[in-house]
Amino acid sequence: MKLAIKLAYRNLIGAGLRTWLNVIVLSFSFVVIIWMRGVMLGWDHQAKNDMISFEIGGGQYWHEQYDPLDPFSLNESNAKVPDEFSELIKSGDLEPILIVQGTIYPLGRMQSVMVKGINPNQTILKIPTSKLDTVVNAIPAVIGGMTAQSSKLSIGDYVTLRWRDINGTFDAAELVIVDVFYSNVPSAEAGQIYIDIEKLREMMIMPESATIFTFRNSEADWIEVEGWRQKSFKELTKQVDNMIKTKTAGQSVFYFILLLLAMLGIFDTQVLSIFRRQKEIGTYVALGYTRKQVVGLFTVEGTMNSILAAIVGAIYGIPFLAWQANHGFTLPIDASQFGMAMSQTLFPVYSIGLIFTTILIVMITTAVVSYIPSRKIAKMNPTEALRGKLQ
Amino acid sequence: MEIIQIKKLTKRFPMGKGEFTALKEIDLTFTKGEFAGLIGPSGSGKTTLLNIVGSLDVPTEGEVLVLGKSIGNLNQKDAAQLRKESLGFIFQSYNLLQVHTVYENVEFPLLLLKKSASERRKMVMDALEWVGLTDKEKSKPPQLSGGECQRVAVARAMVKKPSVVLADEPTANLDAKNSHNILKTMLNLNRELNTTFIFATHDEKVISYLRRKIFLLDGQVEKDVIVENPKS
Repeated sequence: MKLAIKLAYRNLIGAGLRTWLNVIVLSFSFVVIIWMRGVMLGWDHQAKNDMISFEIGGGQYWHEQYDPLDPFSLNESNAKVPDEFSELIKSGDLEPILIVQGTIYPLGRMQSVMVKGINPNQTILKIPTSKLDTVVNAIPAVIGGMTAQSSKLSIGDYVTLRWRDINGTFDAAELVIVDVFYSNVPSAEAGQIYIDIEKLREMMIMPESATIFTFRNSEADWIEVEGWRQKSFKELTKQVDNMIKTKTAGQSVFYFILLLLAMLGIFDTQVLSIFRRQKEIGTYVALGYTRKQVVGLFTVEGTMNSILAAIVGAIYGIPFLAWQANHGFTLPIDASQFGMAMSQTLFPVYSIGLIFTTILIVMITTAVVSYIPSRKIAKMNPTEALRGKLQ
Repeated sequence: MEIIQIKKLTKRFPMGKGEFTALKEIDLTFTKGEFAGLIGPSGSGKTTLLNIVGSLDVPTEGEVLVLGKSIGNLNQKDAAQLRKESLGFIFQSYNLLQVHTVYENVEFPLLLLKKSASERRKMVMDALEWVGLTDKEKSKPPQLSGGECQRVAVARAMVKKPSVVLADEPTANLDAKNSHNILKTMLNLNRELNTTFIFATHDEKVISYLRRKIFLLDGQVEKDVIVENPKS
């Protein structure tokens, strides 16, 4: 094997331009695949971090009837804060959120919203709730950038909110937008209005009620509380995982095409080599190689393209990948507008596992592609190969 | 001491729906240190006989014993072992590895024999000295003349000091001056190392140096002559 590697290296370097063309194409595949998978991993990290920061914290308790996809059941999806949570709430490790349905009338248009009552002093989520303490002549409210854009509201604007309280009575009040936040998390921004939880409880005639509770720490000790469902961090981010899985599967087609192009070059070179280097093959056999060893030599030679490609790829790929990790990849459009927890600038994340699996996959594929045409050597008659007479 | 024994050797090749007989019941023996040649026109069976002795091909009938090993009974691995350890080949078109340097070409058989780097260095330099190419060790075959290429091929064949060297038309691509130089080099090595040389040739220049001439015609030995006063 050591000899095959030595000879293969000499043959490859000696082949000059032909080798370097293959190596450059293959190294391009390495870098692009690692970069694209890094972007996916970065997106996964960013989406989950943003969700933790703006929506789910370290996990949640949901009222047993709460279904975020069913706004009609919202008013029934709450209950009094259980005594078991009192200590955690007092220490600031658990924050109650009351969610009800409402309607706002920005610029004379009607728009359904989810009104979220949240403690202005909370520090679990990055929503600027401290602004809800602002003293103004209307109810202070904070909205996300997506709501601001869809309703054309900005800081200082007034908007009418209509709601139906627990007794079924409709009421309305003026809200004033005291802050707009940007999170890349559509479910925390789109169609959501945040106001002081005490104010909302008063408006709804739901004292001490909550719809969900958000934990600060994902490793918090979960306790069973009747009427409340535990929602772990993993469960709450499952959608992100599924979305990234789907995107990654779609990207695999691209990887496949990229690899196919590189492998086509290797395969072509191998076929051509076996045809053009018949005399050399015959010489190897005459000098004491078995045909099997020659097959091995040619396979190692082809596979070595991927090793050289990894080295060449590292030369220009490491600076490029590092630059991307620092500066990110800016998408031409804001994808969070499509409902995805996706920042406009994605910062690729490269793990050791990602790099090694990519190199391994490319190397194995190259070895297979190199071996297939090389098998022909095993059937060669060495005396004819020596004269270069095979067709 | 007989190192090659050929007994009733027949070789047939498939041709169309029938067969072509390249060698017919050949009986020959070669002893250590011979400088012999298989002489005959194209198609007389010289190369076929050389290939069988070199374990690159197998007999259809009969037996060929090289250094006590029956060529017909060797598997691929054993045949490769025999070539690696005991046989050297010189070809008409040199068959050098084009992308390797002169040094690497000559070193190749020693790599197969797993010699240490220092041993390899010494043996390669010795071989290059025999053929007068020490100054060309870093050159590659495309940078050499035909004569130089064939001298590299001789060095490669001789570097491991094999028992037998099989040379198939070694001067066919060389001019007269280079042919004589190469033949003199081989003759010197034959004398110094007592290596058996067997040529396949119809070149008069080669024939004039042979100590034994075996004339082949239509796959049969026509004449087997020991030369009393060969060129030296």
